[in-house]
Amino acid sequence: MTTRTDATRRDPHAGDVVARHAGFANDLVSVAIRALRQIPREPEAIVPALIIPVFFFVVNVGALSGVAQATGVTDFKAFQLPVAIIFAVTGVSRASALVSDINDGYFDRLLLTPMSRPALLLGLMVADFTLVVALSVPVLILGAVVGVSFSTGFLGILAFLLLAGLWGLAFTGFPYAIALKTGNPAAVNSSFLLFFPFAFLTTSFLPQAALTGWLSTVATYNPVTYVLAALRSLLTDGWAVTPLLQGLAAILAVAAVSHMLAFLALRGRVSRG
Amino acid sequence: MTEPEIVGQGLRRSFGTTLAVDGVDLSVARGEIYGFLGPNGAGKSTVTRMLCTLLSPSGGQASVAGYDVETDADKVRLRIGVALQEAGLDPKQTGLEMLRLQGRFYGLSKADTERRLIDLRELIDIGAALEDRVATYSGGMKRRLDLALALVHNPRVLFLDEPTTGLDPTSRVRVWEEVRRLNTDLGMTVFLTTQYLEEADELADRVGIIDHGRIVAEGTPEELKRSIGTDLVIAVVDGDAEIARDALLPLPGVERVDVNGSEVTVAVSNGPESISPVAIALSEVGGGLRVRQLSLRTPTLDDVFLSVTGARLADREVDAGVAQTAEEAS
Repeated sequence: MTTRTDATRRDPHAGDVVARHAGFANDLVSVAIRALRQIPREPEAIVPALIIPVFFFVVNVGALSGVAQATGVTDFKAFQLPVAIIFAVTGVSRASALVSDINDGYFDRLLLTPMSRPALLLGLMVADFTLVVALSVPVLILGAVVGVSFSTGFLGILAFLLLAGLWGLAFTGFPYAIALKTGNPAAVNSSFLLFFPFAFLTTSFLPQAALTGWLSTVATYNPVTYVLAALRSLLTDGWAVTPLLQGLAAILAVAAVSHMLAFLALRGRVSRG
Repeated sequence: MTEPEIVGQGLRRSFGTTLAVDGVDLSVARGEIYGFLGPNGAGKSTVTRMLCTLLSPSGGQASVAGYDVETDADKVRLRIGVALQEAGLDPKQTGLEMLRLQGRFYGLSKADTERRLIDLRELIDIGAALEDRVATYSGGMKRRLDLALALVHNPRVLFLDEPTTGLDPTSRVRVWEEVRRLNTDLGMTVFLTTQYLEEADELADRVGIIDHGRIVAEGTPEELKRSIGTDLVIAVVDGDAEIARDALLPLPGVERVDVNGSEVTVAVSNGPESISPVAIALSEVGGGLRVRQLSLRTPTLDDVFLSVTGARLADREVDAGVAQTAEEAS
């Protein structure tokens, strides 16, 4: 077989190109860029995450302000704003898109490249973090409009967004684990059920002192209780170290479990056995 | 002598208790187009997925571009381009976005990727639609984009898994021309799986025929066709075609007789000389046998497939389809 080298050849630049490993950071950025580019093309995936927190904020403030005052909550709007944030960011992920990639064969195309395997998942998580922080902004604006202010100032707002983003990121491990393990869109959609115990068996409506019986016990072990406490402290208590550290520890604990499950599922998915 | 570009030795792959590939040995020289021909479910795609590092062999070993597919999978990936049977495209990206992203995954600089885009635009040949989302593309456009994605990084070895399945005849011929050009212009080694006889015949320097997970014949298309006789006399009969075999084999010039349903294929050394004796012998067989149609032609790869597997490729496709339907229904 001979190789033609004359000027009529149609790939004049092919010889200049040498494939090489792009490196972990480049792979991570490539996956994240693609994921972020997809987000505005799937408005149906974002709109509920924008509407649900606003809906709950308005309903809860309207219905429960009086009850909450009786339990010692003086600013129920500030009490509810972190709940709206948790509702906005919990369970928001690219897991459904990942399942589509698996079923459309695009995931195989990625596996055929020399790209870093962990970047396949971490790149999506980078996009998720960006998205959940972005989703928190409209809720914060709503809070500002109804008069909620930060006792920790502008830095407190940034810390608030960071904590919200980290919580959202910690939770994404669950839907990714299900997506990678099953490759089934229905199973990924059902992962939303995990949201309910995390978001409702906690201090989302009333402070823990007002909770009684089993709900109080469950709330003690629910990491969201500590995330809410940390977020609320930034609004009303100034820079309180204990709730912030407890909130961060709760996020790390959930992340450790969910991300371990997700990366085990990734390992299974990319293994060639 | 240069090392073969693709080597498989005793390749095996099972899924649970099903043995999909059962000891495949193959060797593809650098710059060769190797056609891997077989019906659905024969094991073509499984062999391809093992060679492309998507699947681990259950047994045996393989190397591509000089690297072991198991122990040096990453080095293999840098040197191969792959267009799988199901074009793995992202419907929400544009063709251009997909090509640029593919360049990034292979470590290409922006300038290199843009230069390759200039090269590949002619192949993709969809004009401004390259900037539209893939979801809007026709089947032919998707196939061409898929092929372009496999070529962005200028691979040494190109794997094409049934590249023209589902394409109209015009698009099929264009893909054939492109494959031939890549091989001739760039010296690219091409491993082409196909269920189309004319595709293997048209493109492949050598053909391996796989059936039930094993390679049952291998050689150049001409060698394979010659191996079953210079000419073929084909008789379509009513009645039990099997009884014709004994009557035909003793005839002078008859090399082999294959019976497939109502079709009797007689391999002969000289067709024009043998057709009359064959016709007479068939008319004298008795037992209710009646010749409905008699024709003379040169062998095709389908005749080779019949001689080595006992069935026509099209019949195997029907069997595979029925089995698949039954599996889906269960």
